[in-house]
Amino acid sequence: MIIRPLTGVLGTPWYLTASTQLPATALGVSVLSTGYSVLGTFKYNSISRIGHAVGKICIKLPMSTIQPNVEQPVSEEMALVRRAKRGDDQAFEELVRRYDRNVFRIAQHITQNREDAEDVVQEAFLKAYGNLAKFQEQSKFYTWLVRIAVNEALMKLRRRKPERTVSLDEEVKTEDDSLPREVADWSPNPEQMYNQAQLRDILTRTIQGLPSGFRTVFVLRDVEGLSTEETAQALELSIPAVKSRLLRARLQLRERLNRYFQKKASGDGDQ
Amino acid sequence: MKCSEFLNELTNYLDGVLDARTKSELDDHLAWCHNCYVVCDTTRKTIEIYRDSELYELPEDLRTRLRSAIMSKCSAHKKSEPPSS
Repeated sequence: MIIRPLTGVLGTPWYLTASTQLPATALGVSVLSTGYSVLGTFKYNSISRIGHAVGKICIKLPMSTIQPNVEQPVSEEMALVRRAKRGDDQAFEELVRRYDRNVFRIAQHITQNREDAEDVVQEAFLKAYGNLAKFQEQSKFYTWLVRIAVNEALMKLRRRKPERTVSLDEEVKTEDDSLPREVADWSPNPEQMYNQAQLRDILTRTIQGLPSGFRTVFVLRDVEGLSTEETAQALELSIPAVKSRLLRARLQLRERLNRYFQKKASGDGDQ
Repeated sequence: MKCSEFLNELTNYLDGVLDARTKSELDDHLAWCHNCYVVCDTTRKTIEIYRDSELYELPEDLRTRLRSAIMSKCSAHKKSEPPSS
């Protein structure tokens, strides 16, 4: 069952029948099965039989009413998952090939340690393998796998740094921490100011300085290219929380990179 | 529009998920507010640089070893599982 809020009908008079049926047009869905129920309050005049909705009115509808069970083409990924569920290890190996690089990157960004990242890759895939039967196919397999990998990586981090609480919510309290303090323009091609090794070092040290909750969101969204919704699913966060952390992560990274990339006052910014 | 309002929408602006009207308001703000223009432009560059940086790539030999270890552990796991019937 899902709850769909009714919009645009508050205050609209409804002629209530004995069974309190609502007009189908008010529901905005073409199919109205029996078995829905209304949550909310009505002011109801029993003589005129006119009712008014008061407050937020929600209607519980069976999922099938709103999301008809239309056959969706099975993605290549899901076809591999289904074969793996039936015991085809070659299919699972193909899933490993597809995502091992991504899981390794994510794990190393979180743990900041190569050996830990290698362990996370193995543990995440093993856990996925052992729990394939429990994967309900309500998200992409990759999103589910990322969720497992992030949890494994955070566990590593906690074990290694027991003095620090690693919480995905620890940084949300601050409101203005990422408002730019310094607005300095950058050189037109900042990445060309340094050689490849220097640039890699700068980027690594800069992102490692971010709080883990921000870093993880930034890596999933901006490095790995997950959508906001997928990131929220993988991290078990709300969408507004993902957006808020992403904004702060981006602004903090930008500000930390200022010292390396900003234009030199006297010249053209090149070193 | 205040600069703080612009910043609140920056992520949506950079991700291109704003409705036309809000985007137009932000574009107007950027046209006259140099600071916000710089913040927006350098934040976009920040994202691009990290996206293209290829930090933490998995070397091919390590990749092969990891995959082999994973599959052999999966196989051991399968053998240790009781028959499903």
